[in-house]
Amino acid sequence: MTFLNFFISGISLGSIYAIIALGYTMVYGIAKMLNFAHGDVIMVGAYVCFYAVSRYNLNPFLGVIIAMFLCTVLGILVERFAYKPLRQAPSLAVLITAIGMSYFLQNTALLLWSSNPKVFPSIIGRGSFKLFDGNLSVSHITVLTISVCIVIMIVLSLFIGKTKLGKAMRACSEDKGAAQLMGINVNATISMTFAIGSGLAAIAGALLCSAYPTLMPTTGALPGIKAFTAAVFGGIGSIPGAFLGGLMLGVIEIFAKAYISSQLSDAVVFAVLIIVLLVKPAGLLGKSIQEKV
Amino acid sequence: MSEPVLKVENINVYYGSIHAIKGISFEVYEGEIVTLIGANGAGKSTTLNTISGLLHHTTGSISFMGESLDKIPPHKIVERGLAQVPEGRRVFAQMTVHENLEMGAYTQNDDAIHEDIEKVYALFPRLKERYRQLAGTLSGGEQQMLAMGRALMSRPKLLMLDEPSMGLAPILVEQIFDIISELHRTGATILLVEQNAQMALSIASRGYVLETGRIVTTGTGKELLSSEEVRKAYLGG
Repeated sequence: MTFLNFFISGISLGSIYAIIALGYTMVYGIAKMLNFAHGDVIMVGAYVCFYAVSRYNLNPFLGVIIAMFLCTVLGILVERFAYKPLRQAPSLAVLITAIGMSYFLQNTALLLWSSNPKVFPSIIGRGSFKLFDGNLSVSHITVLTISVCIVIMIVLSLFIGKTKLGKAMRACSEDKGAAQLMGINVNATISMTFAIGSGLAAIAGALLCSAYPTLMPTTGALPGIKAFTAAVFGGIGSIPGAFLGGLMLGVIEIFAKAYISSQLSDAVVFAVLIIVLLVKPAGLLGKSIQEKV
Repeated sequence: MSEPVLKVENINVYYGSIHAIKGISFEVYEGEIVTLIGANGAGKSTTLNTISGLLHHTTGSISFMGESLDKIPPHKIVERGLAQVPEGRRVFAQMTVHENLEMGAYTQNDDAIHEDIEKVYALFPRLKERYRQLAGTLSGGEQQMLAMGRALMSRPKLLMLDEPSMGLAPILVEQIFDIISELHRTGATILLVEQNAQMALSIASRGYVLETGRIVTTGTGKELLSSEEVRKAYLGG
């Protein structure tokens, strides 16, 4: 039963990684850049949610919606002012800018909200379901997290696969020049991708801090890096890959904590990543891109 | 003659410090096939990419249907009715044939899109057979057909084709040129860039010969085909 307990916690943590990884992978797919500030958008989302619920006593779900809205705006602004001017610049310049943006967001949070950890109120309380005569206990937040992740995955797949805007996103990710010749506004599409990723980051922030309630300006950094790892693990640019990579990363991390050593868990996670990349350099579901000449 | 569909006046285009297009002017009138021929690097593709807004001219002006295209972003230019089939086809390899055609109709918002798709399938029956296949799995000739069909989906008033014969077997080249002639017969206005000068001039109403960023000769397709200079330089004597 403990095994099952660990497995469920792993899936729950992995669901959060998956939601964050979607943001990384979508932005990478379209803009071909690694947005290292993505993790910090999670933190901003969590703070907005925290203030909405703790200070203004709003309904937690309303808090999440406000956080989503503000993070969406934040994502669009970050893209517009930090990344868009570098559209033609070498990718290293964009990468450094993204790292800078990450610190900028963390330090702004430090100024605004101080470094004192805040205790995040769980968005649906701390109750749990007891199964098998109380041998297996699954917290409400775990159930919510997993369900939200599945819903996001389904909605996003339908959006990308079936809608005109979703198809335009795929077209842009393949060939921006050709997409422009179809009449697709590439800048608007990139902007929309950042908006969607950042909105999802706000949800991830609320879920993450409901499960692990300490909120600090650096809260988003490590989950951000892990989710990036998950995206690479699953194959960066691939949406099902982000989902699979996130879940696997969560499960491996929890099992490593439980059965090997809680100090070494991150090392185990990255060791698995290295092995996967040695065997499948493009990640589990990634497409190996052949550069055509 | 009436107002030209496309009027290019004395444009200059630079790639960094390289002066790629040096004061080119030409017109395309309704119902014409106009071809730009010339060797590799003469500036043919650059000219098309400048007209469609992917590249920018520093001086001169381009007008389409009497309105200026200067400083208009590429996606707005498509909305005005100018479609380009890019060099190397550039179909969306990870999308199906059908989805590629839908992307071609991105600027269209009515129910007639389905009819348009059927028209494209009538023109290129091979595409209909493969409508659910990923475009990347098509042969070169089929990809060229798809790229052309995709461009037609935007209901263009001017269709620009960049090297449609490139890398295709001779039999396919003939097929593609038959289709271009067919489109012309049904009233399409076409600007054709080709290295295969013989084929291009044989179907063109008029042609312009480009050499290192300049227009050196112009005339009707027939005139250019029989011109001594053109024969020597581009038609292998």
